[in-house]
Amino acid sequence: MLRQASAKIFQTLVVLVIVSIASFSLLKLAPGDPVVLMLGSEYSQDSYDELQAQLGLDQPVALQYVRWLRDFVTGDWGNSYVAKTDIFAFVVTQALPVTLTLTACAIVLAILIGVPLGVVSAVRKDSAWDVGIAAFALTGTAFPSFFLGIVLIWFFAVKVGFFPVMGFVAPWEDFWSGMLHLVLPALTLSTFFIGMIVRVTRAAMVEVLEQPYITAAIARGEPHRRVIWVHGFRNILMPLVTVIGLQLGAILQGAVLTETVFSLPGLGQMLTGAVLGREYVLVQAGVMLTATLFILVNLAVDLSYPFLDPRLRAR
Amino acid sequence: MTHTILPEMIVPRPLSRGPASPDPYLPGTPGSDPLLTVTGLTVYRGSRRILDDVSFTLARGETLALVGESGAGKSTIASALMGLLAGRARVTGQAAFDDVPDLLAITSKGWSGLRGQRIAMIFQDAGAALNPCFTVGSQLTSVLRRQLGLDRATARQRAVTLLDSVGLNDAAARMSAYPHQLSGGMQQRVMVAIALACDPDLLFADEPTSALDVTIQAQIVRLILDQTRAKGASCVFVLHDLALASQTCDRIVVLYAGQVMESGPSDVVLNDPRHPYTRLLKSCVIEIGTHDLDPPDGSVPGYDDLPGGCRFATRCPRRLPRCAAERPPLTTLAGRSLACWNPETGE
Amino acid sequence: MTMTDDPIAPQRRARKQARRSMFIRRPFFTVSLIVAVGFVACAVFAPLIAPYDPVQQSITAMMAPPGGAHLLGTDSYGQDILSRIIYGARYALLIAFFAILIGATGGLILGTAAGLTTGWVEWVLLRVIDSILALPSLILAIAVIAILGQGVDKVAIAVGISMIGPFARTVRSDVLQVSSQLFVEAAGLMSITRLTVIWRHILPNIVFPLGVQITVRVSEAILVSSSLSFLGIGVTPPTPDWGLMIAEGRGFVSFAPWMSGMPGIALALLLIALAIVGDGIREEFDPKMRGHQ
Repeated sequence: MLRQASAKIFQTLVVLVIVSIASFSLLKLAPGDPVVLMLGSEYSQDSYDELQAQLGLDQPVALQYVRWLRDFVTGDWGNSYVAKTDIFAFVVTQALPVTLTLTACAIVLAILIGVPLGVVSAVRKDSAWDVGIAAFALTGTAFPSFFLGIVLIWFFAVKVGFFPVMGFVAPWEDFWSGMLHLVLPALTLSTFFIGMIVRVTRAAMVEVLEQPYITAAIARGEPHRRVIWVHGFRNILMPLVTVIGLQLGAILQGAVLTETVFSLPGLGQMLTGAVLGREYVLVQAGVMLTATLFILVNLAVDLSYPFLDPRLRAR
Repeated sequence: MTHTILPEMIVPRPLSRGPASPDPYLPGTPGSDPLLTVTGLTVYRGSRRILDDVSFTLARGETLALVGESGAGKSTIASALMGLLAGRARVTGQAAFDDVPDLLAITSKGWSGLRGQRIAMIFQDAGAALNPCFTVGSQLTSVLRRQLGLDRATARQRAVTLLDSVGLNDAAARMSAYPHQLSGGMQQRVMVAIALACDPDLLFADEPTSALDVTIQAQIVRLILDQTRAKGASCVFVLHDLALASQTCDRIVVLYAGQVMESGPSDVVLNDPRHPYTRLLKSCVIEIGTHDLDPPDGSVPGYDDLPGGCRFATRCPRRLPRCAAERPPLTTLAGRSLACWNPETGE
Repeated sequence: MTMTDDPIAPQRRARKQARRSMFIRRPFFTVSLIVAVGFVACAVFAPLIAPYDPVQQSITAMMAPPGGAHLLGTDSYGQDILSRIIYGARYALLIAFFAILIGATGGLILGTAAGLTTGWVEWVLLRVIDSILALPSLILAIAVIAILGQGVDKVAIAVGISMIGPFARTVRSDVLQVSSQLFVEAAGLMSITRLTVIWRHILPNIVFPLGVQITVRVSEAILVSSSLSFLGIGVTPPTPDWGLMIAEGRGFVSFAPWMSGMPGIALALLLIALAIVGDGIREEFDPKMRGHQ
C-alpha cells in the first residue's frame, strides 16, 4: 500500500512539473514583450535592458523556468502589469476564497440532492421515479450552466424577487447574507454535477443491490432503510468519491462561468479579465492553480481508496 | 395402495402449537410436531414457472435436505420462504411456520421479528454474503444488538462467545477482521455464527459448503448440524449431493426442474429409491470411484420447453405415454412420498 | 444453485427478436436526432431560412418583443434574433466540426502512441495525457485564447486543443483493448512490420469507437465554444454566436428576457438533443456499455 502510494505521489509530481512547464511556456508563447508591456510605449534601450535583466529575461530559458518555478512555489507571483498589485496576495486573499466557497457549496448541494435521487432511482429501478430522475439527470448534465444561471436570475429576481441576484458577500463576514448570495450560484453550478452524481450513484447502487451480502443483510433481519443506507451506501462510496474527484475540473470550469453570470469576484472573473487585458501572468496563475487543485484532489482521492474499501488495504 | 396426499396438506394447521399430532404420511419421524408446512409453493419468473407446486413439511428439530441438480429450484425454495424474491418473482402457495399462518403472504414490515430472529439463513458463498466493508465483529454485533436489544458491551461479549463456539480460534482478535482477511472456511463459520446468533427455530443452509475446499466441507456441515441440534432448531439444507444429504439429514426432498419427485426419510429414499430420477441421481453418486462420473443423460431442460406433465419425462428411462401430458400427484409408497406414474419396484 | 443464471438464454432470444430498428425502440432518441438534424439543416441552409440579415441593425426595431415581424424579437441593436439563432447554428456547428477534427486527430495520434508504446515512453506519454486532463477544457481553451487572441478560427483551435486529452485517453484504452486481442498478437508473431500492424489491424478497429466518441463529444465542443463567447473572450461581436447573444442579453433580463432566452433555449435544446443521441449511440454501439443494459 505504501509503495503504491509513493508511486502515485511520484506520478503526481511529474504531472505537476509538466503542467508547470506548459504554464511557463504560456508566458513565452504569449504575443507581446512583457518588458514592453511593463514599460509602456515610451522607453529607452537602456531602461529596456535594465528591466529585462531585472526580470531575468536575458537568461537561458531553462534557467528562467527554474527561477519562475521557485518564485511560483514560494508565492512570489510578481505584480500585475497594469494594476501593479501583488498577484499572489490578490489570488489567495480575494479570488481563490470566492471560487472555493462557491465550489464547495455546489459540491455539497450536489451530493445532498444527487445521492438520494440516485439511490431512489436504483431501489425503484425501472419505475416511473427512475425514468423521471434519469430524465432530470440528463437534462441537468446537458443544460448549459451559464444559461441556467440567467434563467434563475430572471425567475427569482425579476419574477419572484426573492434572492439577491448579483455580487458576493463573504459568508465568514456575514454568514446569512453570504449564504443567501450563494444559493443561486451554487444551484446553477451544482445542477450539472447533480446529474453526474445521480448517474454514478444509480449505476453503482444497482450493482451493489444485486450482491449476495445485500440479500444476506435482508435475510438476517436488517430493516430496509439500513440495508440500503448502511450496507449498500458504504459500498458505493468509492465510485462516488472517484466521480467527485474526476469532475472537479468540470466544476471549476463551471465556476468560471457561474462567477461571470452572478458577478462574483473569483478566479473566473480574474481569468476572463486577464485574457481581455492581456495580463498573461494572471492567466498563468489561474491555469496553474486550477490544474494543481485538480491534481492534488485526485491524488487525495487515489490515496483515500484503501480507507473506502478495506479490501485494498495491505494484508 | 396409493392415495393423494395433497388435500390433507391443504387443511390449515392450528395456529398455536397444539399437542404433537402424528405425521399422517411419514410415520416414525422424530418429533412429528410440524414447524414448517409448505403447500403448493409455485414461483413464476416472467412466464416461466421455476417452482411448480412444491409441498413438504418439516418437523420441529428435524433436518431436511432439498436435493437436485443445479437449476432444480432448491435455492429458490429457501429464498421464497424468506421473502427474498420480492419484486423479482411472483410467488404463490402457502407456507405455515409455527404460529405464522403464511410466510408467503408477509410483506416488508411483517418480517421484523422473524428474519434473523426466528428464521435464519446461511448462504452459499460466505465470502460474497458478508459485507466487505464492515468488520466481522460489527456485522455480528449489529444483529445481536438489533434483534436481541443487547447493549454494546454485552453484544461484543456474546459475539466473541459465538465466534468461539463456531470454532473460530482467537475469536476476540477476529472481531476486528474484515471478511477478506479470513479464509473461506472461517468466513462460513462467521456466517453460521451470525445465523445462529438469535437462536432461530428454523435455519436454511443454502449449499453452505459448495464454495469450500473438500476437506473443510465436512467440518462445516458437522458444525451446522451440531449447532442446530444443540439448539433444537430445525434445518433445511440445500444440497446437490444425495450421499451427503442422506448422511446428514433426517429427510430428503428430491427436486427436478422445480417439481418434487420424491421425498421421505433419508435411509428410505437413498437405500430404496422408487422414483426413476432419484435412482439416476443415486447411481451417479455411487459410481464415483468405480467409473467415471456418469451424470444423468442430458441436463435440466430449459424452462421454456418443459413438458406439461412430469418435467422429468423427457429424460426418464421409464416414461409412459401419459407422463409428458399429465402431472403425477404426490402419493405415498413404501414409506415415502412420490410423484411418478411408473415408479420403480422395490429391490 | 439459483435459477437466476439459467433462464438467460430464452431472454437473449427474446431480445434478439425485439432488435427491430433502434428508432422504434428509442423514441426519445429518434425525436432528438430529428431535432439535431434540424439544427444542422438550419446551419447549412441559413441564408435560405433566415428571414433577416443576422447583422442588420435597425433603430426602429430595437428590443422588439417576440411576435409580429420578428418572430423571436430583436436585440438591443434591433437585430432579428431568429435569424441570428439560425446563423448561430452555423457558427456553433462549424466551430464544433473543426474543433472535433483537431481534437480527434490529436487524440488519435497521442492515444495510439501511448497505447502502443511500453516502458518509460508509455509512462511519460501517460503523464502528458494526465497533465492535459488536469486542465478542464474551458480553462485550457481560455489559456489558448490568451495566446492566440479572439475570433471564430481561434475558438475552433482552442476548443480543439482542449479536447485532445479526453480523446487521447479513450483512444488509448481502445488501442489497448484491440492490441490485447489475439489477431494483433498473431500479426506480431508473423513479423509483419509494426506500421502495417497499426495501419491494417489497429486503426480500423479503433475508428468505430472513435466515431462513437465524436458523436458524444460534439455537444462538449459546442458548450465550450459558446462558453468562451459568453465570457466575452471567444467570438467577437457582431458575429451571431449563441453564447455571445446570451451574454449580450444578460443585462436586459428584467425587461427583454427573450434576448438571452431565445438563444439560450436554442443552445439548451441542441445540447439536450445531442446528449440523448449520444447516450443512445453509446448504449447501442459501445462494446464497453453492452451488457450494462
